[in-house]
Amino acid sequence: MRAHVLRRRLFRVLHAGLLACFLVFALFPLFWLLKVSVTPNDLLYSEGVRLWPSRITFDHYASVIAHTEFPLFFRNSAIVSSSTALLSTLVASGAGYGFSRFAFRGRAAIVGLMLVSQMFPLVMIVAPIFRLLSPLGLTDSLTGLVVVYTAFNVPFATFLMQSFFDGIPRDLEEAAMIDGAKRFQALRLVVLPLTLPGLAATLGFVFTAAWSELLFALMLNSSAAASTFPVGLLAFVSKFSVDFGQMMAAGVLALIPVCALFFVIQRYLVQGLTAGAVKG
Amino acid sequence: MTAAATAAGAAPRRSARRRLALVLEPYLYTVPSVFLIALIMLVPLAVGLSYAFRDLVLLDPDSGGFVGLDNFRTLAADAAFWNALGNTVTWTVSSVVLQFGLGLVLALLLDVPFRGRGLVQALVFLPWAVPSFLSGLDWAWLFNPVVGPLPHWFVALGLMTTPDNLLSSPDHAIWGPIAANVWWGVPFFAITLLAALQSIPPDLYEAAAMDGAGAVRRFRAITLPFLAPTIAITIMLRTVWIANFADLIVVMTRGGPADSTQILSSYIFTQAFQRLDFGYASAVAAVLLVLLLAYAAVLVTLRQTFLARR
Repeated sequence: MRAHVLRRRLFRVLHAGLLACFLVFALFPLFWLLKVSVTPNDLLYSEGVRLWPSRITFDHYASVIAHTEFPLFFRNSAIVSSSTALLSTLVASGAGYGFSRFAFRGRAAIVGLMLVSQMFPLVMIVAPIFRLLSPLGLTDSLTGLVVVYTAFNVPFATFLMQSFFDGIPRDLEEAAMIDGAKRFQALRLVVLPLTLPGLAATLGFVFTAAWSELLFALMLNSSAAASTFPVGLLAFVSKFSVDFGQMMAAGVLALIPVCALFFVIQRYLVQGLTAGAVKG
Repeated sequence: MTAAATAAGAAPRRSARRRLALVLEPYLYTVPSVFLIALIMLVPLAVGLSYAFRDLVLLDPDSGGFVGLDNFRTLAADAAFWNALGNTVTWTVSSVVLQFGLGLVLALLLDVPFRGRGLVQALVFLPWAVPSFLSGLDWAWLFNPVVGPLPHWFVALGLMTTPDNLLSSPDHAIWGPIAANVWWGVPFFAITLLAALQSIPPDLYEAAAMDGAGAVRRFRAITLPFLAPTIAITIMLRTVWIANFADLIVVMTRGGPADSTQILSSYIFTQAFQRLDFGYASAVAAVLLVLLLAYAAVLVTLRQTFLARR
């Protein structure tokens, strides 16, 4: 009995110790970003590896907000990411519902299509997409980015939404349909409320992906008026590569919205994937 | 009379329409996504693939002609291509193995109930929310001896003699982007594996424990077989995705020093946007696509045979 208790305690210590390692590994790079962003320039070199500077300043943030175009980039990114998230989730909900509830001809072909769309380096389609969007006036425009990002995100978002729908028993909407509701009504009144966590997770996932995208934002849009945050940050880094304080302050600003969103939605992601995970 | 006739005539018409609607219904749900993916991804993919058979250099008015397999012949003799192929294997295998291993351990740790689990889970998954290029920049800064602590720690541990930037060492630079990639990708595996773990019925474990199966036995007899299908599909998607993923390399090392971190996808990027040689870039991309499709086909077949045997 004694040995049993001891083993249990040992297991607990080991468990907590390992988790602490993971926490440090996950958070330290973010902590360092924050630390350098509040370190005054004169202390940056003299106190290089100290964990926290002896004096902190918010000057870097102030100059990023007041003297750069980051507020504009921030606004552009917010518009593009939220529109992409809404549009992708809408389209993917339809496809996910279709896959979850119907067996139909061409289903395997569509799944294959979605799989192939994940298989190649996106660099390869930059030029063709540019040629496709240019005559439509969709290059150097936020709308163009929204269209492109939506297409990129729909396959994975569909997979997510399908696994959320799979977790909702069919009997629920069938019962509603027997009671005289059309399928679409059943979808809206019965299924939709149950799938709100799934919608939140998918929205958050797509928002994060769109917020991060660099390549197409860089290649399709050239003017500052249509630049997103990643492009602005990259330009800033190549122009002022020694101003570490300001670069990291801009980086922290870029992190705030996605981290806040992710913090809220991550448990829905786990929940939603649980439903679809065991299917063969 | 007329009313009855109308009613009788209308009934079959409505049921035909209804049947048609039933047949068409699943397509109504899926058409928008298919249309979007076909238009924005597959048509450009076909166009991009056709470039591989052309001599297409941007800003060069003489280029654009059809050259057959010339690009592929050049490629077979291109030492930089073979070097990048080798690096792609190192980059992809190390990243996937480390992400998966750490992700599995993390998922198992989080599957045990403890106080504050929700908060710990949210914090430990946070790197996934970090934009990929920013995680590349962040890790480049961590490796930078001026503002980052890592070189100084390496010296303290005796791994380096002077605090140098790992990213400028031709022998070890590739581990910089791999570290950033592992940091960034562990949460993905942990999330999907945790979801799979939580869908294993708990009574299975209870029954096994009553039968006297130890923790290791239970892991091998219940956990692993249950996780296997998820593992196969996530590893497949992840491998393909990491092999195609150039952001971290482009941001952290631009393929250098001396091409030692150049992988195929960053090589494609360099060919297309620094040399403007879209024909050659597409040929390299086509080779990468074929390799990845072959890999995916093998993994899917393995998964099917495994599932069939169960």
